[in-house]
Amino acid sequence: MSATIAGVVAVRVPERSWRSEVRAVKIVWRRELIRFAGDRIRMFTSLIQPLLFLFVLGSGLQTLAAASTDGVDLKTFMFPGVLLIAVVFSAMFSAASIAWDREFGFLREMMIAPVRRSSIVVGKCFGGATIAALQGAIVLALAGLVGVPYDPVLLLGLFGLMLLLAFTITAFGVMVALRVKQIQTFTVVMQMLVMPMYFLSGALFPVTGLPTWLEVLNRLNPLTYAVDPMRRLVFHHLDASETARQTLDAGVTWWGWHVPSPVEAGMVLLLGLVMLAIAIWQFNRTE
Amino acid sequence: MLFCRAVTPSQPPAIEVVDLAKSYGDVEAVRGVSFSVPPGEVFGFLGPNGAGKSTTINMLCTLARPTSGAACVGGYDITTQRDDVRRHIGLVFQDQTLDGHLTATQNLRMHAELYGIDPGVVAERMRQMLEMVDLWDRRDQQVLTFSGGMRRRLEVARGLLHSPRVLFLDEPTVGLDPQTRSSIWRYIRALQDTEGTTIFMTTHYMDEAEFCDRIAIMDRGELVVLDTPQALKASVAADRVVLGTADNDAALTALRERFGVDASMAEGAVTFHVEAGEAFVPRLFADLGVAITSVSVARPTLDDVFMRPPGSPIRDAETASATDRNRATLRALSGARR
Repeated sequence: MSATIAGVVAVRVPERSWRSEVRAVKIVWRRELIRFAGDRIRMFTSLIQPLLFLFVLGSGLQTLAAASTDGVDLKTFMFPGVLLIAVVFSAMFSAASIAWDREFGFLREMMIAPVRRSSIVVGKCFGGATIAALQGAIVLALAGLVGVPYDPVLLLGLFGLMLLLAFTITAFGVMVALRVKQIQTFTVVMQMLVMPMYFLSGALFPVTGLPTWLEVLNRLNPLTYAVDPMRRLVFHHLDASETARQTLDAGVTWWGWHVPSPVEAGMVLLLGLVMLAIAIWQFNRTE
Repeated sequence: MLFCRAVTPSQPPAIEVVDLAKSYGDVEAVRGVSFSVPPGEVFGFLGPNGAGKSTTINMLCTLARPTSGAACVGGYDITTQRDDVRRHIGLVFQDQTLDGHLTATQNLRMHAELYGIDPGVVAERMRQMLEMVDLWDRRDQQVLTFSGGMRRRLEVARGLLHSPRVLFLDEPTVGLDPQTRSSIWRYIRALQDTEGTTIFMTTHYMDEAEFCDRIAIMDRGELVVLDTPQALKASVAADRVVLGTADNDAALTALRERFGVDASMAEGAVTFHVEAGEAFVPRLFADLGVAITSVSVARPTLDDVFMRPPGSPIRDAETASATDRNRATLRALSGARR
């Protein structure tokens, strides 16, 4: 073995610039996708829950609900809620990866690189959001089975809203994952927060005419403002009676004011950005 | 900043540390250490667990902020020029930091992207590093399928991928088989010769410490000794001579009376310490007057430096008495060097 390596290519690490930050965000994002593509089991298992809700719960309760939905299939009504659950759980799962990275040491490799910590967090959030939205898209592909038309505008709109929601939930998850010390804690915290939020969101029931305590909790729940615009979009493309619309898609109101969809979407985005900022701030303080 | 420029601009030290200290609450992990490492040196950092080695490394590679003091790595200040420091250092930790779900190539590619290496040379550099550590054939396999030795080799390849000026190795060979250990040393030496990389390493293996150009020993957050392995060995122990003789009692008496050497019996053989043992042995044959059946001369090793009494490690968390004994040895040693 010779003492030196012949013709070795010397490389130089350039000074930090916005370009190197973009490269860092891109590679962190790409790593999430590579890992997702290599994990077929996850792809399938994460579909089980939404499909159970949609076809088992939806079909099962249909007979009960038929009296009041005025011709609209309960599954059609539940469809936005099921998209929500697909996205939320997938995004949570993605966010957990930053805790796993810490557990397995890979986070250290990223933390020591000559890039901003924020680039790593942003890359993680984009990666998680992309994966979660893709998972949602698989469920979205089933739209026709539950009476939701394959209208390009509708599908695109729903996908956009899912992407937005996925980003916010991933940012939230990353923020929690950076704070907790153990993965088990992360799982417990998520279960404690996500299931109640999901049930309170109106994913599975109309949000008008609720008891006051439930209405207050519902209006305070961020997920409410993600599922409502999705449902409005679906009903906008449905051939439903006015009675059915009144019952099933009355929309979120604040003291009688009907909150417009763009405002709702804006709130979800704003919330996501705030979570992202907190996550970055936390990560920057980590030694 | 000013401090970093104060050194000769042509050839600044690879690492310059002045009064570096770090406290976690009331615990003083590092209590003001100072040293300097010239470019291209292999610098060994030794000491018992909990001595402050890892904290010092973490500060030097910008993972921890010093409480007080200053340090420059690769010519950059570790507190005010963190990004510049990071661009010029490579790290191999004792815990693995690879992504097991990615392939070897994907792990290196990720590193290249994070470090912003020119895409035109990445592929070639990756090939060279993977060939150097004999992983080229396994490049497209998931790291999960790799053995511990292969993973460590891949970590070394990655740590060197961006041509760092200083490579930090935190117990790089712990838990590896002897073949892997020696090949890791071969890679490090090869790269050091080719690219002039400075090596800063911690280790528990004394035979590895002997590869180092200089050794620093830390204990309780302080630097106790800093010297070449040869000087350290010379400072403590004389050569150990073990004799097999026809009449051990007569040999003991003769040694005392004719040579002024205080020998003792150990494991059935006459044993004593003497300086320049090889030159001493011929005199024994000429003047001892007792038939000699066997003789061996052992040079002091670094184990002799760090283990006193023989057989007990520098500091073992399990036994406090051993700890104090060894600490006393370290103190005595440092006193002797000053």
